[in-house]
Amino acid sequence: MTLADLTQRTSEWLRGIGPMHDVVISSRVRLARNLAGMPFLPKCDKDQKTKILEQLRDVIPNAALAKNMFYVDLESAPPADRQILVERHLISKQHAESPHPRGVAISANENIALMINEEDHLRMQVLRSGLQLNEAFEEINRIDDLLEEQVKFAFSSRFGYLTACPTNVGTGLRVSVMLHLPGLKLTGEIDKALRGAHDMHLAIRGAYGEGTDAMGDFLQISNQVTLGQTEQQIVNDFLTVVVPPILNYERTARKSLLKHNAVEIDDKIFRSRAILRDAKKISVEEAMSLLSMVRLGINLERIKDISLKEINELSLTIQPGHLQKIHDKQLDERGQDVLRAEFLQKKLFGNPR
Amino acid sequence: MKKKCDKCDNPATVHMTEITGGQKVEKHLCEDCAEAEGITIKTNVPISQLLEDFVLQTSSDAPDMPDLKCDLCGMTFGEYRDASLLGCPNDYEAFSPALVPMIVRAQNGADQHVGKVPQRADETMRKQNEILRLRSELKQAVHAEDYEQAANLRDQIKNTEEK
Repeated sequence: MTLADLTQRTSEWLRGIGPMHDVVISSRVRLARNLAGMPFLPKCDKDQKTKILEQLRDVIPNAALAKNMFYVDLESAPPADRQILVERHLISKQHAESPHPRGVAISANENIALMINEEDHLRMQVLRSGLQLNEAFEEINRIDDLLEEQVKFAFSSRFGYLTACPTNVGTGLRVSVMLHLPGLKLTGEIDKALRGAHDMHLAIRGAYGEGTDAMGDFLQISNQVTLGQTEQQIVNDFLTVVVPPILNYERTARKSLLKHNAVEIDDKIFRSRAILRDAKKISVEEAMSLLSMVRLGINLERIKDISLKEINELSLTIQPGHLQKIHDKQLDERGQDVLRAEFLQKKLFGNPR
Repeated sequence: MKKKCDKCDNPATVHMTEITGGQKVEKHLCEDCAEAEGITIKTNVPISQLLEDFVLQTSSDAPDMPDLKCDLCGMTFGEYRDASLLGCPNDYEAFSPALVPMIVRAQNGADQHVGKVPQRADETMRKQNEILRLRSELKQAVHAEDYEQAANLRDQIKNTEEK
């Protein structure tokens, strides 16, 4: 299993078959941990960082967390490879760019990614398709248990697991769901729906790229409070209090659009499809917002010759790193936009015109 | 006559007088612009929540203690505030008078972990600071090129870790 293999297929969590997949694209849980008896990274010298990296890197295979884990040394990996990992949500942007010894261990199905020397010594994440937070949490908890048989993590009885940033202290647990909310966006009710989330101390941001409006149909919601609640409470809150109302709002918005503005909504969906079919150059932002409309069209059974899986796959493969890697080319932005338009046509409608 | 909002053409519903540097400034804003300026909150937040937020904000204003210093990693609270990342686990103790109020505010009022506890928590808690201390001494010894002391400390770290 190598990095080059990754670009040839879709991550398991993006297959588009998970529960509530009409709205919830994926679920993610993350635990932050630091080795006991070691300074946090800002006060580690290079030797200490290397020591942490080696210790965790060697412990991971011993813990037998999953079949076929593979490891990528990010300090020596070429920038193109690191970009692929960021686009696949396997490492953070910060982890791709920071200039010290660091790495990531990934399971072959990409459900598990363990970042070493990111902001904390260890950041573990489990990704699942659709709304599967309980399943994802069970898995990450199991991984944490297995690792704790071999290493000790910094812990205090008052503050729980100790992290470099106090906003993660306690459980070190960050739970998030990636949502597709085109209905709320079109009816202009998205702010209303999300204001509730703000009141519940949740963080909301664009799921692809930071905050650009064109990608605004895809949002990621995550908890901000990590202390004073058990892990299970945090997960349950998401499953019972946070997600259901938003899911409900979105489905209601879609129904009301169909009932009162069927022509307008069909127009939007099929215009988007037509642009994807005939455009000669297309940016990532534009492509994402068009794909969002096509995705809506599939969920509303307006479009039947394109599958959700294809859309999910394209949301990855049209990203700059993937696009260039798949075609084995290095292009400027304009060149990428031209190639992206051709690639979308070929993938969605057969041969380019 | 109804006044128009200073920023747009909507009728102004929020009126305030600010005194800045001895100058009296009158502001007339509509609800939306007032919200954008952070002057009012338009949402239907329950009053209990507003009060709670207010109490949290005012009661936990973190004292400014930039000179607090951790003996183990050498970080000061001032350094932490600038970088927003801590230097070592012991900072949670060393900075506690200034840091705990910040944690309480960031964590929605919580200051006590109630979640998972590692299998060997007691052992970890007992040893982690001792090892941190030995490591920082080791760093100093290496820096001072006192290799005899360094070797000695390395053995001590190994022993403590295995104990």
